[in-house]
Amino acid sequence: MAELAIEANNLTRKFAEMTAVSSLNLQVEKQQIYGFLGPNGSGKTTAIRLFTGLLKPSSGHVKVLGYNLPVDAERLRRQIGYMTQKFSLYDDLTLTENMQFIARVYGLNPKEQKSRLDELISIYQLTALKKQLAGSLSGGQKQRLALACAVMHKPKLLFLDEPTSAVDPENRREFWEQLFDLCDQGVTILVSTHYMDEAERCHKLAILENGIKRADDSPAQLMANMPANVIEVSTDNLRQLKQQLVALPEVVSASQLGAHLRVLVNKSIADPMTFLKQSHIMPSHTAMHLVRASLEDVFVLSTGNHIMPRASINKVEQ
Amino acid sequence: MNSLLRIQAIVIKELIQLKRDRMTFGMVIMIPLVQLLLFAFAINTNIRHIPVGIVDQSQTALSRVLQQTITATSIVDFTRHYTSLAQAQAAIDRGDVRAVLVIPDDVSQRLVRHATVGFGTSSASDQETSRPIAQWLVDGSDTAIAASIKSLRNMPLAELLDKPVNRNVPTFEVTIIYNPEQRSVVNIVPGLVGIILTMTMIMFTSAAIVRERERGNMELLITTPLASLELMIGKIFPYIFIGAIQVIIILGLGYCFFNAPINGGLWQLTFATLLFICASLVLGLVISTLAKNQLQSMQMTVFILLPSILLSGFMFPYEGMPEIAQYIAEGLPATHFIRLVRGVVLRDVAVIDMTFDMLWLIGFTILGLILAALRFKKSLD
Ligand SMILES: Nc1ncnc2c1ncn2[C@@H]1O[C@H](COP(=O)(O)OP(=O)(O)OP(=O)(O)O)[C@@H](O)[C@H]1O
Ligand SMILES: [Mg+2]
Repeated sequence: MAELAIEANNLTRKFAEMTAVSSLNLQVEKQQIYGFLGPNGSGKTTAIRLFTGLLKPSSGHVKVLGYNLPVDAERLRRQIGYMTQKFSLYDDLTLTENMQFIARVYGLNPKEQKSRLDELISIYQLTALKKQLAGSLSGGQKQRLALACAVMHKPKLLFLDEPTSAVDPENRREFWEQLFDLCDQGVTILVSTHYMDEAERCHKLAILENGIKRADDSPAQLMANMPANVIEVSTDNLRQLKQQLVALPEVVSASQLGAHLRVLVNKSIADPMTFLKQSHIMPSHTAMHLVRASLEDVFVLSTGNHIMPRASINKVEQ
Repeated sequence: MNSLLRIQAIVIKELIQLKRDRMTFGMVIMIPLVQLLLFAFAINTNIRHIPVGIVDQSQTALSRVLQQTITATSIVDFTRHYTSLAQAQAAIDRGDVRAVLVIPDDVSQRLVRHATVGFGTSSASDQETSRPIAQWLVDGSDTAIAASIKSLRNMPLAELLDKPVNRNVPTFEVTIIYNPEQRSVVNIVPGLVGIILTMTMIMFTSAAIVRERERGNMELLITTPLASLELMIGKIFPYIFIGAIQVIIILGLGYCFFNAPINGGLWQLTFATLLFICASLVLGLVISTLAKNQLQSMQMTVFILLPSILLSGFMFPYEGMPEIAQYIAEGLPATHFIRLVRGVVLRDVAVIDMTFDMLWLIGFTILGLILAALRFKKSLD
């Protein structure tokens, strides 16, 4: 088994009544990109704060790069980079001033500073923005600056909390190229996201909901192990059909995608096409195809964003 | 070595931010300027030209001379005339005048028998001779005004009659060594240094940590190797210069425009001021680690500022305060600094000779810095 960068056992964090992270067991291997996928408030940021020693766990243990937290948090800090969800550099400093600040804080001497800044500015294409106040940068530019600052001291482990939330698809691809470059250089990356296409790029993925890990595996395995088949239905009057379909206990979820209805049928039904035809609610001129499961289907199945019989929730959880 | 680099990082960052924050930068200059003018002009314990009324029941040449003699002291101006005591009383009730002089119709007789003029012999048993010549009705709500009018009580009346003055030999001779002209501005200007520094220094740093928290910078700062003590030192360092600029403004203007003397050595002054600037900045930092947001930090600053103005000896003499107020005053850095700075500026004392106040400020700074660093947890909990 490969070396672990993060190892969490029964990690729990409560805020008063609310449990933000609940009995999280997690293993992140070194030199991988590990994704956190989950809806708003699912505990992604809280989990990252627990891994960086910013918050203390209510119970459970976590070991990051071999350091026990929160005891060894201070020693860990030199080896990790953290890009916060909300821009946390100084709005009233220019891009260069912000980078110099970070470089000094991490103890780079003036000569190292200069060469490292030049290097990062060219990698992250910030040359034209050097003298601009950080507060006036666009969302995507801010995120490039934040990433440049997070990797200033060449950390072994990088935490990125929704790094591309303000980045357009084109730049997002570019951003991920850079993440893979870092990964190639031996950096382990933990990244949280709302985007399916990003989640699909990760080596491994954990799906979180209400602070509970619903599933974790590589994206391909998650899709292969999904406990439902996906049927694409095209016909008229989709809204009404959807209502009737979700009333069936075997139908896990039905959602409209343009002129299609994407229907997830529990895997306990061996032949879902025949099952749907025999359900007598399909109009006669209906076209049906069995299609490949997507990560979104996995996400929908794993999280509570659909009408799902109790039995199949349990199936996903185990 | 790295530690110095990190402190330097914070200092440079703070200076750039301060440079960009025009409003705060303006305050650095405007607060001492405006406050100096306000306090130097408004606070005046030697009150002059109080508008008063008069009820002249005698209507004699003597009563008119009496009026002129009193006006000549320039403590009061007779602005209203009333015909009866009742009218005068009503005028005081309405607040038209602060006091009324009632001159009785037998003023001439009274004057002739009056002790200060030298006719009668003062003896407590002789009611007739010890009667005053006229009466003041005073609205005593404002004690300062009442005190000024009370000071007229023993006004010499020699000029009223062309008689040689029977001057009493004073029991004590009073020699005023410092501030011989008894101008209040001489005492106010150095005290004001303490008040303005309390106001600005605490204000600047009390927001220092909360602001980072509110703007979301804290999450970044605490994931870096920056130690809390390094952050605290880096945060207060730039403001030491700001404080120095303010002191120069106050004492410089005081010297040029109000003739407030600087008798002590400049090095002594610099030393005393540095001690106090550091103590105030550290107090601000402690507030900053206690406050949850900038509003709270502002409220706490005011909470410190008010007693600093009232109890530090700036407005009222320490010696005259009740014991409990003196205890509170002892806990305020401003009290110790105002003693030091008045000592240096007015009496040319060496700071080292005022050992207690000096050590108090040093101790306060060190303890405060440690407390702030301990209270500042590098976590979001
Ligand atoms: N400091 C806090 N005090 C109280 N509750 C908190 C605190 N921080 C987080 N929570 C709660 O914990 C839960 C998880 O929050 P968290 O920020 O970890 O979610 P998230 O997955 O990062 O969401 P998002 O995608 O919106 O960023 C939320 O319900 C939130 O309200
Ligand atoms: Mg979040």
